Amino acid sequence: MPIRTSRFVAIAVASALANFAFSQAPASPHLARNLAAQCANCHGTNGKSVAEVPSLAGQPASLLVQKMKDYRDGKLPASIMHQLAKGYSDEQMALMADYFSRQPK
Amino acid sequence: MNTINRRDFAKSVGALSLVSAAGITGCASIGGAAKPKVVVVGGGYGGATAAKYIAMWSEGKIDVTLVERDAQFVSCPLSNLVLGGSKSIGDISVAYGGLAKYGVKQIKGEATGFDATKKTLSLADGTTLAYDRLILSPGIDFMLESLPGLASAAARNKVLAAWKAGPETVALRNQLVAMKDGGVYAIHIPKAPYRCPPGPYERACQVAWYFQQAKPKSKVIILDANEDVTSKKGLFTKAWNGQFKGLVEYRNNQEIQDVDANTNTLKMTFGEDFKADVLNVLPPMRAGNIATQNGLNNANNRWCQIDWLTYESTAVPNVHILGDALQIAPAMPKSGHMANQHGKVCAAAVVALLTGDVVNATPMVANTCYSFIDDKNVVHVSSVHRYDVAQKTMVTVAGAGGLSAEQNALEGVYANSWAKNIWADMLT
Repeated sequence: MPIRTSRFVAIAVASALANFAFSQAPASPHLARNLAAQCANCHGTNGKSVAEVPSLAGQPASLLVQKMKDYRDGKLPASIMHQLAKGYSDEQMALMADYFSRQPK
Repeated sequence: MNTINRRDFAKSVGALSLVSAAGITGCASIGGAAKPKVVVVGGGYGGATAAKYIAMWSEGKIDVTLVERDAQFVSCPLSNLVLGGSKSIGDISVAYGGLAKYGVKQIKGEATGFDATKKTLSLADGTTLAYDRLILSPGIDFMLESLPGLASAAARNKVLAAWKAGPETVALRNQLVAMKDGGVYAIHIPKAPYRCPPGPYERACQVAWYFQQAKPKSKVIILDANEDVTSKKGLFTKAWNGQFKGLVEYRNNQEIQDVDANTNTLKMTFGEDFKADVLNVLPPMRAGNIATQNGLNNANNRWCQIDWLTYESTAVPNVHILGDALQIAPAMPKSGHMANQHGKVCAAAVVALLTGDVVNATPMVANTCYSFIDDKNVVHVSSVHRYDVAQKTMVTVAGAGGLSAEQNALEGVYANSWAKNIWADMLT
């Protein structure tokens, strides 16, 4: 860690911003990763399933976004995804899909 | 412990996080090359997940130690199937050790307390572990003071709770197997909040399913202290009035004063004593002992309040809490799935705090909860939750989430798949 002072300042400033000024806080650089982590319970860590529910890892982002939108809009029948897909914005779906598309199959 | 002084200090200094963040960096800098240390207590759905994700996401920049008292993980979700007889305890157990490949050090031991000023955790064997951030996923413990008849271990070994999966699950299964045909199994449910809202009703279904095959003259009686079924009401009552008609009886507003373990009798607040051949009592619950014995249970002296952005306790700085021990946000269930999601939001925040990154200001979590009606057919409830800046808590995303239309076998496949994936997500 060569530049202690700047690291300290960065932490302090970021922490202050995150806690006291949400609207002006810089977005976490890990937003896509954090959003995608919600899917791992059923679809496996980083989208790599070890069971019957399909993997998301390495799937084309466009396909994943389309599926999520179709679930949300009731165009694709589902047991549970039609309910969960309604919880996310187009932007969030795009972030998650992009993240999974970059994960190894 | 010096927590009071520490808390007052924190209150008096408005910019708590600014100060604590500065403190940590200062220590790390003075200490030289030492990596920041995270100690996680509890290798369940919350803790194991947090340990894995901190190690994985920090890419070795943070030293992670997981303290767990048991030799293997035994899942509460799916444990009712052991009572029904379609799964064995081995089917719902996973060996620890799978997190070593991420660099997580695991210690088998019982955490007893911590020093918030020195930032050290104490174990029962006298070991002391230093931390920069301590994460507790302590689950629940029972409020036994409210049921004097269950004060002794002998009483609790006879009138079982089996609300932590493991030996008690097997013991309750054995009681059911030993019960005569024509006997009564009764489960008493405490007032909400308690761990796993649909769990008692799923258990009633599983026992009924077993009786249907093995002891058809027997009965399941649900004695619920709540005014009504607290979760998946329509789906459960449909099963009780359908395939389990005549086998399951549901009674609401059944508050109890005490339990007589010698005679398997419930002392009811109103009405006559109730006796069962197999009596299963879920005592009222609160945050796990390590939380309540160290001043973290600052909501009704029962549950733990946190900052939902970081899962840091509002009582003690640098201590984060996950899972069933939390004072829940509106409509957020105390579930294993939820604890796993807490673990990831907390992991992201702790990695950010310890590496000088930005803490995510817009965390989200989702819940998926499957309940087995019999060995194959399943119902679910789902929800999506987002952080609300104005309310400073998690709120459900309007329009998202819901229930199964009816029990079905496809969701039985998905529920088993869920178990395999979430166990892998936390433990391998």
